[in-house]
Amino acid sequence: MAAEGGHGPQTTGDYIQHHLQNLQVCKAESGEWVWNECAGNPMAINVDSMFWSVLLGVVFIVLFRRAAKNSSSAKPTKFQALVEIVVEFVDSSVKDTFHGKSRLIAPLGLTIFVWVFLMNLMDLVPVDWIPFFSSEVLGIPYMKMVPSTDVNVTFGMSIAVFFLIIFYTIKNKGITGFIGELTLHPIAPPTKGIGLIAAPFMIAFNFILESVALIAKPVSLSLRLFGNMFAGELIFILIATMFSGGLLLGAGGGLLHVGWAIFHVLIITLQAFIFMMLTIVYLSLASESH
Amino acid sequence: MDINMTLLGQTIAMIVFVWFCMKFIWPPLMAALEERQKQIEEGLAAADKGQESLVKAAAEADDIVAEARKQATDILNQANARANEIVADGKADGVKERERQLSAAKSEIEQESNRAREELRGQVSAIAIASAEKILNREIDGKAHDDILGKLAQEL
Repeated sequence: MAAEGGHGPQTTGDYIQHHLQNLQVCKAESGEWVWNECAGNPMAINVDSMFWSVLLGVVFIVLFRRAAKNSSSAKPTKFQALVEIVVEFVDSSVKDTFHGKSRLIAPLGLTIFVWVFLMNLMDLVPVDWIPFFSSEVLGIPYMKMVPSTDVNVTFGMSIAVFFLIIFYTIKNKGITGFIGELTLHPIAPPTKGIGLIAAPFMIAFNFILESVALIAKPVSLSLRLFGNMFAGELIFILIATMFSGGLLLGAGGGLLHVGWAIFHVLIITLQAFIFMMLTIVYLSLASESH
Repeated sequence: MDINMTLLGQTIAMIVFVWFCMKFIWPPLMAALEERQKQIEEGLAAADKGQESLVKAAAEADDIVAEARKQATDILNQANARANEIVADGKADGVKERERQLSAAKSEIEQESNRAREELRGQVSAIAIASAEKILNREIDGKAHDDILGKLAQEL
C-alpha cells in the first residue's frame, strides 16, 4: 500500500512527506496559475482542504436542512431524532454558558460542532484510500483529505470567532468598554495624585498583557484543534508505513491502527466539542460585564 | 504548513454555513422541538386529567350504585309491608265474611227450624185434633170442646 503509483519507489520519509502535502494552486511570478509549486506563497490556495471542508459543510447543511424541513411531522424518523439530539445538546450547552439573548450563538455552536466533527471524521478514513484513488484514477498527485489537519482551516474558523469576540465586546460594552478592557485590567491605573505619573506605564503593561490574552484565544483555539488532528493523522500515517514492513509488522500495524482509530473516535468528538464550547465561552465572556 | 489564502476561504465558507444554519436550520428545528415539548407536556397533563376524572367517575358510580341499592331496599321493604297489609286485610275480610255467612246461615237455620216447628206444631195439633176427634166422635161433640183443643194446640 505504501507504494504510490506514478512516483516510483519511495522511502518512508517520502511517503510521509507526500501525505502531508496539500494540493495547492497559486499564481506564479510568471503570471500563470501553477499547481503545487507554491511553497511560501501567501496567495496560494489549498484546494484539497477547501474542497473537503466545503463539501463537509454542504453535507452538514443538506442533512440538517432536510431534518429541519421534516421536523414538524409528528413522528420523527431515527435520523431526525439524531439531529434533534445534537441540536438539543448544543442548545443546552449554550444555555448553560451563555446567559444573554442571541440568535447567532446557538446556530454558530451547532455549525462549529457538526462541521468540525465531520472534518475530523475524515481522519478515520484509511490514510491511503482517497490519495490513492485521486492519484491513480483522477491523476491528482496530492490529496490531504482531513481539513482540520490544515492550520489554515482551523485558523480560518478561529479568526471568524475572534472577530465575533471583538464584535460582541464592542456591541455589549461599547468601544470604550472594549478599550477599557484592554487597558484597565488587571492593574487598575491610579486616577489622581502622584501615582498619575505611573498610569501610562500601567496602561501599557495592561495593554500588552490583555492583547496577548485576546490574541491567544483564537490562536489556542485553532492550534489545539490543528495539533490534535495533525498528530492523530501523523500517527495513522506512521502506522500505515508499517504495512509494507512484512507480515509481522503489518499485522502489528493493523492492530495498532484499529486501537488508534477507536481512541481517535473519542478525540475527534472531544475536539469538536471543545472548539464549540470555547467559542461559546469566549463569546459569553465578551457579552457579560465583570 | 504555510498560512495562505485558504484561511480566508475557510473564513468565508464558515460565515456562509453559519448564516445558513442561523436562517434555515436552527429556527425550524427549535420550533419543532419546542412544539413537541409542548405536545408532550399537554399529553401528560391530559393523561393526568383523565386519570383524575376516572377516579371521580368511579367514585360517582359507587355513589350511584349505593343510592340505587338503598332505593331497592326501600322499595323491597315497602312492598313487603304492603304485602303484609294486603294479607292482613284479606285475613280480616275473610273472618268478617265467614262470620257474616255464618250468622246468615244460623239465622236461616233458625228460620227454617222455626218454620218447621210451626208446621210440625200445626200438623201435631191437626193429628191431635184428628185423633181426639176420632176418640170423641164416639162420645162428645167436637164443637163443644173446641176451646180446650185450641188451648192444647197453643201449648204445643
